[in-house]
Amino acid sequence: MQLVCPAGNLPALMAAVDNGADAVYAGFRDQTNARAFPGLNFSEDDLRRGIDYAHARGRLVYLALNTYPESTRLPEWERAVDRAAALGADAIIAAEMAVLDYAARRHPQLPRHLSVQGSATTQAALRYYHERFGIARAVLPRVLSVQQVERLCTASPVPLEVFAFGSLCIMVEGRCQLSSYVTGISPNRHGVCSPARFVRWDEHDDGTRTVRLNGVLMDRYAEGEAAGYPTVCKGRFDVGGEIFHALEEPTSLNTLELLPRLQQAGVVALKIEGRQRGAAYVGSVAKVWRQAIDSQARAPEHWTPRPEWQSALSAHAEGHQTTLGPYHRAWH
Amino acid sequence: MKLSLGPLQYFWPRERTLAFYREAAGWPLDVIYLGETVCSKRRELRTRDWIALATELAESGKQIVLSSLALIEAESELGGLLRLVENGRFLIEANDMSAVQLCRERGLSFVGGPTLNVYNHRALRLLREDGLCRLVLGVEQGRELVHELGELARADGDELPELEIIGWGRLPLAYSARCFTARALDIAKDDCGFRCIEHADGLALATREGQPFLVINGIQVLGREICDLGPELPELRAAGIGVLRLYPQTEGMAEVVSHFHSAVNSLEPPARLGAMNGYWLGRPGMSGLPDAGGSPI
Repeated sequence: MQLVCPAGNLPALMAAVDNGADAVYAGFRDQTNARAFPGLNFSEDDLRRGIDYAHARGRLVYLALNTYPESTRLPEWERAVDRAAALGADAIIAAEMAVLDYAARRHPQLPRHLSVQGSATTQAALRYYHERFGIARAVLPRVLSVQQVERLCTASPVPLEVFAFGSLCIMVEGRCQLSSYVTGISPNRHGVCSPARFVRWDEHDDGTRTVRLNGVLMDRYAEGEAAGYPTVCKGRFDVGGEIFHALEEPTSLNTLELLPRLQQAGVVALKIEGRQRGAAYVGSVAKVWRQAIDSQARAPEHWTPRPEWQSALSAHAEGHQTTLGPYHRAWH
Repeated sequence: MKLSLGPLQYFWPRERTLAFYREAAGWPLDVIYLGETVCSKRRELRTRDWIALATELAESGKQIVLSSLALIEAESELGGLLRLVENGRFLIEANDMSAVQLCRERGLSFVGGPTLNVYNHRALRLLREDGLCRLVLGVEQGRELVHELGELARADGDELPELEIIGWGRLPLAYSARCFTARALDIAKDDCGFRCIEHADGLALATREGQPFLVINGIQVLGREICDLGPELPELRAAGIGVLRLYPQTEGMAEVVSHFHSAVNSLEPPARLGAMNGYWLGRPGMSGLPDAGGSPI
């Protein structure tokens, strides 16, 4: 099982490789990928250096080109596919049909992975992308239970990659307009959820803090209360007079204890979320997962996650909490 | 311009649903979309009941389209989709790529639903090759996107398919594996007791300062506002929109349909019945919020 780690910049890519990632995924410094944050992502020079660094160590680099271009911007995505091919990326990760189609026709030798943003959750949907665009792999949205992942592994026409760790999108990826409804800027089109320039924190005389997204109140915190990044899905709201995290708490996905089942199911790759995080995060998360995958492969019978791995991962989790998320029926 | 009744997004008791559609058979509509698009556990009407209802409603002369689930997780749900696709008579609204594929494999034409993520003319062309005969625009797709879609399709020598837009109703914004209604009621999804049925227009969600914001509807999240593109009808016509979709709400649907029927048959734009849909102008979908402008990040 491959360990696929995120890199938002060259130091993170190197940290991923140094700590045992089999593959690193990265994006260009524009809106062609779903982590289009300011100061993040790769210039062509950095990417060339990163690919050289990874290839020299026998590791792979995947290019995420997984946003949805409108008609007039499509050429920009096509050029990004050309650049990925020219730079020697080992695969592109794409969601949008025209981008996949262009890549399949123009660069048939460049493997195409269906991004999580493609929202393919069934063997029929996977068949579509396989027959239409010859995808070599698909990344599953974070909506399926582990039993559903197991069944899909046997029915899918292509090998499957699943999310193992990181911030948890609770909506079907590629199908969430919550941030766009409030800001007009969308994860699908612009590659960013809750853009920082729409976020406003205010401290009040009574010690409380409020956080707004384009003026809409996402949450209010008591003095000293830990606050998370204000995505709509992790705010506190009023439903029927009760104030709570109506959609989800600030928490991260952690599937370490499911490792044997995912391995057994035939999942080909585990994905770590977090291109927006730094090299320290990437390095230490990669290290834990490398050790876990290797030790599980050596002695699958009595394998259990080590407590120190779990605490290392929790330290990097949102709100220092982790969940099995959708893999576990009770979360639903 | 044609008028359509979009699929019922909420969960109503069987009798209420049947009574609603029997009344709708007499409304001045051109198209009625039927079926469960949100949650496969909602079985007041099963697939065969929806198909039977479609057969009954087809006698009114309206076009009947069967809408598929937006999110399919279990093999059993895929089986249900297959039964819907193989109904032998009615067009399918494909709301995910599974439905597209099942139609494509059978050489059946289909309506592309608003959750398919069609953002450009090339994707649209690919789907037309697959059998798409009408596209329902996604919620965030406004005036500019429609204009570009047409211009670039024509530059490629393609004709656009019939375009449908959400003209009135709550915008479907997000889908999850999680049931937010069950979460709000503090019950497990697997043992939910189908409590969505108690919330005929969904569960209202407000900000902590009481600003109406969203609506929870099972695994779906909707905008709280009822969006209304009626006053924009002249622009919609100019943009080549062929079908105006009205989403069912519990109250006053007959009046809403009648209002839009008059509106589409008049050159004068009607008064606004709901909130401005900011997406049409390339702004945030929720009305009254500042425009993004400039750089997106």
